[in-house]
Amino acid sequence: MDDLIVKTVVRIIIPFVQLFGIYIILHGHVSPGGGFAGGTLIGTSFILYTLVFGIGPAKKKFSHRMSEFAESGGIILYLAIGVVGMVVAGSFLTNAEAGFPLGEAGSLLSGGMIPLLMIGIGIKVASTMVTLFHTLIEEETS
Amino acid sequence: MRKKLTGFVFVALFAILSINIMRMPGIFDETAPAYNEATRHYLEQSVEETGAVNVIAAVLTDYRAFDTLGETIVLFTAIVAVVSILRPFAKKKDPVGDRNG
Repeated sequence: MDDLIVKTVVRIIIPFVQLFGIYIILHGHVSPGGGFAGGTLIGTSFILYTLVFGIGPAKKKFSHRMSEFAESGGIILYLAIGVVGMVVAGSFLTNAEAGFPLGEAGSLLSGGMIPLLMIGIGIKVASTMVTLFHTLIEEETS
Repeated sequence: MRKKLTGFVFVALFAILSINIMRMPGIFDETAPAYNEATRHYLEQSVEETGAVNVIAAVLTDYRAFDTLGETIVLFTAIVAVVSILRPFAKKKDPVGDRNG
């Protein structure tokens, strides 16, 4: 898409979309939202970049190697938090029993492992959307 | 004949489904089977037990965290399947002859 207006608008919009996605992920335990919704927002911002600027520049922003790391990293983070509960408290994916500090209910630093799991889910969902789109687009244009 | 039979089956199915929907409990019905002691426990105890104000987040990533792990693995499996099928074609220029015209 070779349009100056679209390119300029998208260049302005994308940082705000990504910031909003990070906000949704980090506030998943105090307000509606969470890892799935925030990850979708971040992934959609990358898809918007690909649609406007083409697959070539988009591959420089989010390469296959980075997607491999994000895909595995999100799920490994999730599993690692689960294993912490297994080592400390004896059961998989426990929150308060495993010694995660619960904090004051309603503040940003509360909920024990819930924000950490949300971050893992967010990374996973975002990279899944981007990788699916890039792989399908690549197959079409190659 | 066949068209009439199909129509009759569809109308009958629609009638059965409609009757069952009429018999479902209302939206704020306290006697609904889904509103049992598990729901009450989540609504009353989740703030003390998990420290999260958002009950949905507490259920999703604390009480049912193992389910969410399964959901994440579903996404992982989907992406592994797509990439393992499509990426070998994307790497080489033209692997299956004149496929793209």
